[in-house]
Amino acid sequence: MTRLTLLLLFSLWSLDGAAVIETYEFSTPDLERRYQALSAELRCPKCQNQNIADSNAPISQDLRRLLHEQLEAGASDEEILEFMVARYGEFVRYRPEFSRATAILWLAPAVLLLLAVGVIVLLMRGRRKVAEAALTAEDEATLEKLLAQEPDRT
Amino acid sequence: MPTVQRLKLFLPLLLFVGLALFLYRGLSLDPKALPSALVDQPLPDFSLPALSDGRSLTRSDVTGEVSLFNVWATWCISCRVEHPYLQQLADLGVPIFGVNYKDENEAARQWLTDLGNPYRANIVDAAGSLGLDLGVYGAPETYFVDARGIIRYRHIGVIDERVWSSRLQPIYEELRAEAMP
Repeated sequence: MTRLTLLLLFSLWSLDGAAVIETYEFSTPDLERRYQALSAELRCPKCQNQNIADSNAPISQDLRRLLHEQLEAGASDEEILEFMVARYGEFVRYRPEFSRATAILWLAPAVLLLLAVGVIVLLMRGRRKVAEAALTAEDEATLEKLLAQEPDRT
Repeated sequence: MPTVQRLKLFLPLLLFVGLALFLYRGLSLDPKALPSALVDQPLPDFSLPALSDGRSLTRSDVTGEVSLFNVWATWCISCRVEHPYLQQLADLGVPIFGVNYKDENEAARQWLTDLGNPYRANIVDAAGSLGLDLGVYGAPETYFVDARGIIRYRHIGVIDERVWSSRLQPIYEELRAEAMP
């Protein structure tokens, strides 16, 4: 019985606890919500394809601590983003400001979608033309003949 | 089949070649070479202790001539690789200031005693605050600051003979030439 209890206890213990990076206390739930949102949007400058919420790089730890400090000090989201961009460039945001350098990032999906729709429309039109032109009286007769032969093959 | 129709058959090939060239170019790009947000901005203000004697250093103590600001730490392995070349540059008369980034003073002093000291002075940035203002995200990083104290270039990674003579020396010389009266 003791063994079973122990086994059950151990099965409850998981390594997930060790994965938690660090926790911050927030004075209001609203600040915590903004912390989550901002740390998901800010990109880790070192690891490139992670946001600072997911990354355990030293620089991300620093940025998270800074984010917490600034939020508690009453900075607005815009002020915080501006602060980060002034140091790490637009790169640090997953949703960079629209500018000449980032225009291709913002516009490419729309342009590609338009292209795809265009190609599909062209293809559909081509196919309909083929379908309309396909069956002349002569074709019908040939088809009839071919269908009549069909039983031989079964 | 009319000629135009026939030429259309080459369209997928052209698309493929275009895409292949585009991707091939991507292979030789370095995604880590981020443009610094601080290029053409003044070196950030700071007031931090010097590694040697703990007296306070500020921006005006370390600006006034074209110099290199090298961000380093004893925990940074590449910095150890870079160190001998920095020493060579210093021996040639290139002014180099160190930013000892998130390090321990004792270890850093020991490093300079053991390996030599190429730095005019070392700024102790134990909390990483100057590093943050500079947009540092790793070490080593080296900032080229002109005679007016403006950051003009950032190099990420190790400086060695090859990088220096092909890329960095021309920048350094240009800044020097600018500073001449």
